[in-house]
Amino acid sequence: MHKQNSNQFFLSKKVSVILVAVYEAFKFTISFFKEAFTKPFHMKEIIKHGYEIGLKSLGLITLTGFIVGVVFTKQSRPSLESFGATSWLPSLMGIATIRALGPLVTALICAGKVGSGIGAELGSMRVTEQIDAMEVSSINPFKYLVVPRVWGASISIFILSLYYSFVGLLGAYINIDTNEGINMISFLQSAFEDIGFLDIFTSLIKSAVYGLTIGLVGTYKGYNASKGTRGVGIAANQAVVTAIFFIFIEELFIVQIANLFR
Amino acid sequence: MNKFKPNSGKNEPVIVINRLFKSFANSKVLDGIDLELNKGENVAVLGRSGSGKSVLIRIIIGLLRQDKGTVRVLGKQLRQLKTKELNALRLHIGFSFQNSALYDSMNVFQNIAFPLTMNVKNLSKKEVKNKVEEVLESVGLGDKIYEMPSDLSGGQCKRIGIARTLILKPQIMLYDEPTSGLDPVTSAEINELILNLQQQYNTSSLIITHDLTCAKTTSNRIALLNEGRFLKVGNFDDVFKSDNKHIKSFFDYNFIQ
Repeated sequence: MHKQNSNQFFLSKKVSVILVAVYEAFKFTISFFKEAFTKPFHMKEIIKHGYEIGLKSLGLITLTGFIVGVVFTKQSRPSLESFGATSWLPSLMGIATIRALGPLVTALICAGKVGSGIGAELGSMRVTEQIDAMEVSSINPFKYLVVPRVWGASISIFILSLYYSFVGLLGAYINIDTNEGINMISFLQSAFEDIGFLDIFTSLIKSAVYGLTIGLVGTYKGYNASKGTRGVGIAANQAVVTAIFFIFIEELFIVQIANLFR
Repeated sequence: MNKFKPNSGKNEPVIVINRLFKSFANSKVLDGIDLELNKGENVAVLGRSGSGKSVLIRIIIGLLRQDKGTVRVLGKQLRQLKTKELNALRLHIGFSFQNSALYDSMNVFQNIAFPLTMNVKNLSKKEVKNKVEEVLESVGLGDKIYEMPSDLSGGQCKRIGIARTLILKPQIMLYDEPTSGLDPVTSAEINELILNLQQQYNTSSLIITHDLTCAKTTSNRIALLNEGRFLKVGNFDDVFKSDNKHIKSFFDYNFIQ
């Protein structure tokens, strides 16, 4: 009986901790949307963070996009070859890259690279009292630190997703051209043959949502870091894990919603 | 600069704390304390680590909220202020952090100019530079203007942290452990700086410390905090001569150290 009571207490405590965390995250998100559209906008900071996030991830996105394009084409060829359908490769790569790989792989890479960076940077500022120092100087730290980073991450990741699709298709083209011999125009015509407005629109929506998620999760974890330097590591780690979790949930929802319109 | 007009009466206290209570979980940190800081006065709050000194100073600047009791700063009751009003009030209060809290991505110039440019509009670049140079000179670090915080010593970081608060010409200075982690010579320099700045900028200061020398050198009055209550408030000699066993043990231990 006693054990049951303590289990109930433990459960209710755990549930209340989760509910408080959800409430805090919701409040943080609402605060972002409130502050994001009111003056001052700190445009210099938005451009600075957008530029840094975009530029620093460019090399990794280029490499990953190109290699995934080449490998995906290479792995798909034997299956299509057995049906004598290698001419479908450009179309297959177009659909795979634009509908799924572009936004998703870019988001996963950026969740690791950008999300952890934002989480660690803000976490470090929190535990060394730099955020408090802003507050006591009558500066709104949320507006100065959080909003520009979320905007910067959202814009950069959106652009990087488009860039990833371009590089991924380039990798696919080089592989197909080497094996089947195809010119660029024929490749592009085939690749975009089955791509409709809904595919492109969904892909753009995904990129925007994933960018916003990575920015919000990274800033939330960093801004609320505690427990000294250990807290900085925890914030960086949780920023990645939580962002990836949300990205997959969002992927599922967006694909389901898009399928309703097909 | 802002709409907030602080009281300017000469004998009026600038900080009045009344029956202040603060707890964290089941631990009582401040247990109904009262304190006044008068205009032009320096008061040191002495106490052991964990006695609630930093919590007190954080409530005064509005980083923490008290559970019960009132805190009036420059005539304004903190709990009744909206965010905008609190920010306006904070422009008249300088807060020097225990670990300096310098922005590590900015150099010394940017660190000091930041609160100024964010709060005072329409200043030319030359005006900002002149003001930064002026406060840097007053803390004796005019030659460090373009250094990064990571290249400075602990004492220099403390001075830059103080300079950053002075740029907005505060009426009240709150120092959180200004000499902690510093060698005796640098501590003495910081103590002297606190006194010089009080005269130069005509500030009233609340100094949170466990350093007896700092408290004795810089303050007109001392308040000794123990387990959330002030054991004694008065000048250094009054407190030093007290028969209270907690006060005696605090002084004895510090002198042995």
